[in-house]
Amino acid sequence: MDSVFSNVDRAPEDPILGVTVAYNNDTSPAKLNLGVGAYRTEEGKPLVLDVVRRAEQQLVNDPSRVKEYIPIAGLADFNKLSAKLILGADSPAIQESRVATIQCLSGTGSLRVGAEFLKKHYHQSVIFIPKPTWGNHPKVFNLAGLSVEYYRYYDPATRGLDFQGLLEDLGAAPSGAIVLLHACAHNPTGVDPTPEQWEQIRQLIRSKSLLPFFDSAYQGFASGSLDTDAHSVRTFVADGGECLIAQSYAKNMGLYGERVGALSIVCKSADVASKVESQVKLVVRPMYSSPPIHGASIVATILKSSDMYNDWTIELKGMADRIISMRKQLFEALQAKGTPGDWSHIIKQIGMFTFTGLNKEQVAFMTKEYHIYMTSDGRISMAGLSTRTVPHLVEAIHAAVTRVA
Amino acid sequence: MSMMAMTIRNSASRGTMMSRQIYGLRSMSSWWKNVEPAPKDPILGVTEAFLADPSPDKVNVGVGAYRDDNGKPVVLDCVREAERRIAGTSFMEYLPMGGSVKMVDETLKLAYGDNSEFIKDKRIAAVQSLSGTGACRLFADFQKRFRPDSQIYIPVPTWSNHHNIWRDAQVTQKTYHYYHPETKGLDFSGLMDDVKNAPEGSFFLLHACAHNPTGVDPTEEQWREISQLFKAKKHFAFFDMAYQGFASGDPERDAKSIRIFLEDGHHIGISQSYAKNMGLYGQRVGCLSVLCEDEKQAVTVKSQLQQLARPMYSNPPLHGAQIVSTILGDPELKSLWLKEVKVMADRIIGMRTSLRESLEKLGSPLSWEHVTKQIGMFCYSGMTPEQVDRLTSEYHIYMTRNGRISMAGVTTGNVGYLANAIHEVTKSS
Repeated sequence: MDSVFSNVDRAPEDPILGVTVAYNNDTSPAKLNLGVGAYRTEEGKPLVLDVVRRAEQQLVNDPSRVKEYIPIAGLADFNKLSAKLILGADSPAIQESRVATIQCLSGTGSLRVGAEFLKKHYHQSVIFIPKPTWGNHPKVFNLAGLSVEYYRYYDPATRGLDFQGLLEDLGAAPSGAIVLLHACAHNPTGVDPTPEQWEQIRQLIRSKSLLPFFDSAYQGFASGSLDTDAHSVRTFVADGGECLIAQSYAKNMGLYGERVGALSIVCKSADVASKVESQVKLVVRPMYSSPPIHGASIVATILKSSDMYNDWTIELKGMADRIISMRKQLFEALQAKGTPGDWSHIIKQIGMFTFTGLNKEQVAFMTKEYHIYMTSDGRISMAGLSTRTVPHLVEAIHAAVTRVA
Repeated sequence: MSMMAMTIRNSASRGTMMSRQIYGLRSMSSWWKNVEPAPKDPILGVTEAFLADPSPDKVNVGVGAYRDDNGKPVVLDCVREAERRIAGTSFMEYLPMGGSVKMVDETLKLAYGDNSEFIKDKRIAAVQSLSGTGACRLFADFQKRFRPDSQIYIPVPTWSNHHNIWRDAQVTQKTYHYYHPETKGLDFSGLMDDVKNAPEGSFFLLHACAHNPTGVDPTEEQWREISQLFKAKKHFAFFDMAYQGFASGDPERDAKSIRIFLEDGHHIGISQSYAKNMGLYGQRVGCLSVLCEDEKQAVTVKSQLQQLARPMYSNPPLHGAQIVSTILGDPELKSLWLKEVKVMADRIIGMRTSLRESLEKLGSPLSWEHVTKQIGMFCYSGMTPEQVDRLTSEYHIYMTRNGRISMAGVTTGNVGYLANAIHEVTKSS
């Protein structure tokens, strides 16, 4: 019998995940994976946080735990704790019950559910996203039925923020347009606005009645401080306006594969928040009925214990500090080598990624000659670097910059 | 039965925004003030109401989650053991977009057979999914993307969320006859007429076993006839198999409908769930598979399924998949699982017998034969919504208003009470 799907073409490899596939196929002992944004230790190993192991044990040793369906909106305590984490325990929005929080499948799931809700209930269906942004962002919004426009963000000349371009593009956006903002540690560039710039962005967004949609995938992971990394989100919420927030625990709790995250919709009133939550549930039910229990249980266990919470903040700072140290080491090594160019962006950028400024050809050269794996836009995951491997990377960058145009 | 989200576009506030000052936004109205409260999910809303009821006599025969004879939820021993082995050992790295290969491989064996030629020939495009719901949704999205002119034929009645899934995927829905209220059995001739009259090459949703909500399944002979007619009409069969092992107690037997279609050469799609048969409800573990012409097409189709998963959740959750592959990959644990599934199925079959006998002993004027003829977790009692409302308001018995009883909620402790209540509200009908 003929297949009803014989018209289907093969999809291209995901550009980010495809890097790891290529890395795995490389037999060279010198190979270095600076592709996917998953944290690695100094020894190049994945890391499960100690608090996560403790929470895991607590859960598995509790015979009263069952595996029933959790509510469509997820675990209630997880939701409350997640809202507190991003908004601050003393947030008036929380105290006034104005926040609808729904457990979702990590950042991706939170973005998709939020976007589907907006498509159904919001009067504008265009979302402005920064150029560049995480490769999956446009797909998430397109599949939700939103149309995607770009605002200028990265300035290749300075390897920093194109602030004027950003203000112009958001200033020209239609009233009510949705705006995607990376809460901290912009992916892929690592370039964040300063607090002063954030304040200007906030004023512009509010004056044009644009709707902010924060993607918060690195809270605590960027600076090492949960509060500092939430600053942008909190100033928006403090002005009394509405916004959406997608939170992920993939990186800051190392729970990547368990898909834990939360969508929060900050509303004007408790009544509105309650209705909004009920409508978000109608988005979730035909997508996957209810979210998975395991990862959220681990998070809730940690967040509700003040000991575990404190221990978590220490481990989190440890990860952030190692990455900051890698930045410093890479920068100093390039200086010492005399590699042409200004490499200060390596220490100015923040979070897991550095946008090196290397072009496609230089990247391909580094992969071929030095077995260094990174995305073709020149993004490297600092988490994949170690003191031992910095010299190899420096050799490769130096060669690429001096030999390849 | 389908849920219509009530949406009212918020256009009122736009005009007032421009003149407001930048600070002090508390005076601005909400973007969402016109959002209506959504209706409660008809199935999950039942449990909410049950939990809120203070009566000591209350009985929950609403949602389809297994309960033991004490009315308690069950975590299977094989699952507890698998969890013990997993805890402390895994790195929690991202799974591939298509999920755990190990879990998917074991899962395909259950549906297609341990020695399936299709598995050997690598003709099956398969991805780990978010339980059955997620598998159906991925398939519906795939159908929309690659067969945009197709519709889906859905049985009447069906699990209410099926309508929501294909609606949100924007696939046109049609229905086909299935349940026969007069016999409380299958409307076979109605079904066959609808299959015959559907345009050639239509897509049909079939419940592989233990039809939800009716518990009415075609016989083996009827499945063969359905398959032959599907062949003649070149229809596409999509099987939702949420109860393999749970219906008869024997997973091979419960997969019979699928095996018949495979023997007859159909290229089918299957949604599989471990929610009930492994008791992994909240873990959200399942699998979507599509049988293709050849290995090349299977690779292609899988790549496209992944493209649909990536912008939905990137990759599926790890823990539940690890539990499944630990159990199915270990002969002892797998054997334990098969025993435990049979215990669950047998208890339900036992409760069906008890309920029917109790009703007959009470001298009910109605026939309750269907209680033992139907199979799986649910019994379609034939009660009207009004009768169900009386059960709830007078007897604190909770079930969905279509008269569906979750037999998993029936115990030796409450079957008498339940039978009595049902008798009271139906005896004059």
